Amino acid sequence: MEQENPLIESAKSQHKSNVKQSKILQALETEDVRAYFEDALENQLVLNMGPQHPATHGVLRLLVSLDGETVVKAVPDVGYLHRGYEKLAENITYHEFIPHTDRLDYLSPPANNVGYAMAVEKLLKIEAPRRAQYIRTICCELARIASHLVWMGSMAMDVGALTVFLWGFREREKILDILDVLTGVRFTTSYTRIGGLALDISDEAIGMIKKFLNEFTQNLNDCRKLIERNKIFVNRCENVGFISKEDALAIGLTGPNLRASGVKRDLRKDEPYLVYSELDFEVPVYNEGDTLARYYVRIKELYESQKLIFQCLDKLPAGPIDAHNTKQVLPKKEKVYSKMEELISDFMIVNFGNLPEKGAEAYFAIEAAKGELGFYIISNGTGYPFRLKIHSPSFSNIQSLPIMLKGCLISDIVAIIGGLDPVMGECDK
Amino acid sequence: MIIMAEILDLVKVKLTSNKNFEDITYSKITNYDCLEIPKEKLIETSKILKSDAEFDQLIDVVGVDRFTKANRFEVIYNLWSNIHKARIFLRVKLDSKNPEVETLCKTWPSANWLEREAYDMFGIVFLNHPDLRRIYMMEEFQYYPLRKDYPLMGIPGAVELPKK
Repeated sequence: MEQENPLIESAKSQHKSNVKQSKILQALETEDVRAYFEDALENQLVLNMGPQHPATHGVLRLLVSLDGETVVKAVPDVGYLHRGYEKLAENITYHEFIPHTDRLDYLSPPANNVGYAMAVEKLLKIEAPRRAQYIRTICCELARIASHLVWMGSMAMDVGALTVFLWGFREREKILDILDVLTGVRFTTSYTRIGGLALDISDEAIGMIKKFLNEFTQNLNDCRKLIERNKIFVNRCENVGFISKEDALAIGLTGPNLRASGVKRDLRKDEPYLVYSELDFEVPVYNEGDTLARYYVRIKELYESQKLIFQCLDKLPAGPIDAHNTKQVLPKKEKVYSKMEELISDFMIVNFGNLPEKGAEAYFAIEAAKGELGFYIISNGTGYPFRLKIHSPSFSNIQSLPIMLKGCLISDIVAIIGGLDPVMGECDK
Repeated sequence: MIIMAEILDLVKVKLTSNKNFEDITYSKITNYDCLEIPKEKLIETSKILKSDAEFDQLIDVVGVDRFTKANRFEVIYNLWSNIHKARIFLRVKLDSKNPEVETLCKTWPSANWLEREAYDMFGIVFLNHPDLRRIYMMEEFQYYPLRKDYPLMGIPGAVELPKK
């Protein structure tokens, strides 16, 4: 019998305490994963994907446990783009936070502006006038088209079709040109004000939107022809990244990803806001729950958005774009420079912020391009929000990745992330 | 909207007829209903809401730091029913010293990351959580940034930088 050397024993224990396994690795190596591999040293491969990976659409990091080329378990790691917007919001006025909402989902800034402004309006118990609501609806739908076009291009590029990327971006460029005329800025629009809008819509902008929409059907059909009958694209998307209806509901998916799993949930229909209750549109739903179904849901939504904007332009009423409330709504600049009352209220709002009731709380959510974008605001009666919670759809969508990735091949990871359409600026806040 | 009111009445009857749930209070958050529950009854109430009232999605978990002496922390759950197209909020108040509450991961799996976010930002501990790690901040970070006593500019030296 060999006697255990106490020196070796102590060295062993010291080594154990020195090698500190990071917590994310512990999360990857759970019981079921360890049971899966007969001999972990021979079969298992742990692969780190990201945060600097072109297919992860930003700075998403994935830790994947592989058996050959099959994914056994995946653990997403988010937070590389965390800028602390909720903390920042507690130290600035309600108006000052509007430019920050542009940087949440940076593919559809006007929709974020609208969602935030309407949440604050709920808190202050004011409402924007009809004309402003119609223009806001147009903005939301333009943002949805822009976001879906980027998604279509980048997702097709992920699975190897490069032309669609260029054609999709060409169309999106036209929307950015429209936003330039409509809001004064191409990209980070900051278009809404609390109780209204920064600028009225001009005839030039209406003409540009109509011209864009008239050509849009043909251009989108051209893009679809490139990929929908393409065997490589269809084979890489069909039956990949499946998530069942029950799983999708349980994990909290919203937006097009949920509608591709057979749940008809669209806040534009379920809790109508703005003027959606007066407009005629359909909510496309697919039951397959795979990446191809997610593709078709978004493509159908593009046509619906086009229909919605046409209706809004037809019905666009005349009238003011700002609510009549001198205590809460910023007056127009030309009046500030010439009238005393407006100068005083402008000074008060800019310096002390909008003052909601003490203890007021409000929640408001819109159906953004990625899903439910909600703002929960708590006020303590001062000009700064006491707490502002952003519910970002991408955060919940990325949470579903481990379910979708389980059992797929390593090359499918790229297609699944692309089909999910995550935006890290929104997920990480 | 009428259907939603009926459903909520049903829940109220079911909860108030049971002696266990006498200390639940109702309030309104703009146009949504809100139930305030003692934290010991959270699991029971959540099960009733899921099975009987068919609230099948947990959309959000909001942590709040009220910065008061008693009941400093609060957790607000945002529930959505796809069958009745209704939304309801649950509010739980927690102690100031050790904010702890049972996890809802078993009822709604989406609570996993949402509760991790509340833990990361406020230090609210969710008991029996399967994977309670920080989600936005780095693992070695020791503070809870959304607490009201954490300064806006951060704490110098909170993040260890590599030596030159």
